[in-house]
Amino acid sequence: MPCLQRAITRVLIHGVLMAGAAFMLLPFVWMLATSIKPPEEVFSATLRLLPTRFFGAENYSFALTQAPLLRFAINGVIVCLGILVVQLLVAIPCAYALAKLRFPGRNLLFVLVLLALAIPVQVPALPLYIALAEMELLNTYLSLMLPFLFSAFAVFLLRQFFKSYPDDIIQAARLDGMGEMEIVWRIVAPSAWPAIAAFSVFSVVAHWNDLYWPLIVITDGGMATPPLGMMLFADAETGSNYGALMAAATMLTAPLVVIFLFARRWFIAGVTMTGVK
Amino acid sequence: MARVELESVSKSFADTTVLSGINLDIADGEFLTLVGPSGCGKSTLIRIIAGLEPQTSGQIRINGEPVDHLRPHERRVAMVFQSYALYPHMSVFANMALPLTMQRLSLWERVPLLRLFSARRRRVMPEIRREVQSVAAQLQIEPLLNRRPAQLSGGQRQRVALGRAMVRHPNAFLMDEPLSNLDAKLRVHMRSELTELHQRLKTTFIYVTHDQVEAMTMSDRVAMMDAGRILQLGTPAELYARPSNLKVAQFIGSPAINVLPVRIGDGGMVELPGSPAMIHTSLPPGSAASIGLRPEALHLLPSGSPRDGAVLNARLRRIENLGAECMLHFDLLALPGHGVIVRAASIKGLSVGEEVVLGYDIASIHLFDAKGERAEVLPISAHPAQREAATP
Ligand SMILES: Nc1ncnc2c1ncn2[C@@H]1O[C@H](COP(=O)(O)OP(=O)(O)OP(=O)(O)O)[C@@H](O)[C@H]1O
Ligand SMILES: [Mg+2]
Repeated sequence: MPCLQRAITRVLIHGVLMAGAAFMLLPFVWMLATSIKPPEEVFSATLRLLPTRFFGAENYSFALTQAPLLRFAINGVIVCLGILVVQLLVAIPCAYALAKLRFPGRNLLFVLVLLALAIPVQVPALPLYIALAEMELLNTYLSLMLPFLFSAFAVFLLRQFFKSYPDDIIQAARLDGMGEMEIVWRIVAPSAWPAIAAFSVFSVVAHWNDLYWPLIVITDGGMATPPLGMMLFADAETGSNYGALMAAATMLTAPLVVIFLFARRWFIAGVTMTGVK
Repeated sequence: MARVELESVSKSFADTTVLSGINLDIADGEFLTLVGPSGCGKSTLIRIIAGLEPQTSGQIRINGEPVDHLRPHERRVAMVFQSYALYPHMSVFANMALPLTMQRLSLWERVPLLRLFSARRRRVMPEIRREVQSVAAQLQIEPLLNRRPAQLSGGQRQRVALGRAMVRHPNAFLMDEPLSNLDAKLRVHMRSELTELHQRLKTTFIYVTHDQVEAMTMSDRVAMMDAGRILQLGTPAELYARPSNLKVAQFIGSPAINVLPVRIGDGGMVELPGSPAMIHTSLPPGSAASIGLRPEALHLLPSGSPRDGAVLNARLRRIENLGAECMLHFDLLALPGHGVIVRAASIKGLSVGEEVVLGYDIASIHLFDAKGERAEVLPISAHPAQREAATP
């Protein structure tokens, strides 16, 4: 009897989870479906998932030839990698210091990190914009990256992870003659791979998909990141060619899906280990 | 090779005092054990010696030189941790080679990729490899050099941790309960291996344990600590034969010493429980005290033998047969609620519930005052007047 009961609860739980997953996947599936539909089917009154006439080749080639998709993707890669590398270079030593070193003002600094977590980028957007404009940095990669180079979230996440790192190993490293910087990079950081991978996924997804900030600092289409590029593309060439638009969107989200699939194991380990949801 | 001296070393965390006024002079090549109950400050003390934790006051000297300003690796001591503290993402070889690469290679010769261009590194590394291999051979872990710590058993990790300490020929080995994560059998084996290692290396060992057997069997000298102080420092034999404190007496020896309460009578005469015999002490009359009797100090008196010496009437409660000897647990008839353990060669045809008479030599009594400090038992013959007054 308890066996049957357990089976029923499992079916129920999985049913609910699958319904949730389907709900979240629907827009994505719709995007894929639309990207292979001919224009007349996109707006047809009957609701159907698959097109009656396959129009994928036309949509994708139109998107590839009419929009500088590669340019947008390269911009996205440069900006996301630049942000991620600097974030990690800064956040890993900071998180280590907050987690493992004893110094006056440590708790105050950590409180400041928590406060910084609570401030959305919209709050300092105006002063940042003015500063970048004054320095004549608008329409540059630097202007796209600058507000995000120092990530309070990364410091917080990695600190939680480093906190549980055994003190004995750090002390053994000190006895073996390592300085703190070497301990961070050679001993502690390698074991934080899951957390670093998890954060990297968060960071890359967030900045790849960001539209708000590029919209503010970029006016030159050649510097546009994928979402901004999509917007310019939608405005300028395609008008209401939604099939081609969705084809472009599919191609610009594909890299993220691929990254996530590769980093999935670490990502899940990192998220569960640090207790961040 | 080093003499390690500690001069009134104290340590407080915020407002709790963890160590107060520790003085120790550890000779070159000595095996000194710090032993004591959990939380008494053993780990803190050894970490202060290593330089991992600054002391609040006091001085530490190695070979006569103050080292308080030196960072851990500059003190040239090696530490073996209870958790082994191996670097989890490095091979056994890399773990053991690390102290040497840190010593002999400069920073840029250690940086990944960049180091490939260093000619000096290519010269130094084979040397390091040879040294690591020779230590690994001594510890019989050569076949494991390419494994990760996670792929080793507890005993093998222990050896790797030892090897990492040995490769750099430190001034002193500091060991913080290195055997306590091993199972009982392996612990016994590693105990003798460590002792042999000490004899071969002739280096100073400072060894922390809360296992009195390890302290007794391995050490040249034992420092018994309690609540941040050293209660007694001496050879294992001294601590066993003349414990300076009730806590030392109770900690050292297995099974533990039997402790019985006594009262100090007029003129410092001490009435022994349930027995006509008396001892004499200089403790003030009327105060509470206790006597300690080692399990081997008590013996069964054959029935009918004279009972004018120190005796205890007892009823056998339980027999623990260990094969070569047995432990007899008795309830005392004169002191309800108190019992004693007697070490005997055999059961001698006893059965549980039987009443017997236990005899012991007055010279084997350890007397402790109310605070637990050792008090001297004075020979009664020196005070004939009091003897007459006290015996009816
Ligand atoms: N960083 C710290 N902050 C505050 N108190 C500490 C700190 N480290 C140790 N203590 C305290 O110091 C005392 C001694 O600790 P220590 O680790 O030296 O004990 P120990 O003798 O090694 O015990 P065990 O046998 O359990 O390892 C303990 O009461 C502990 O709570
Ligand atoms: Mg300890």
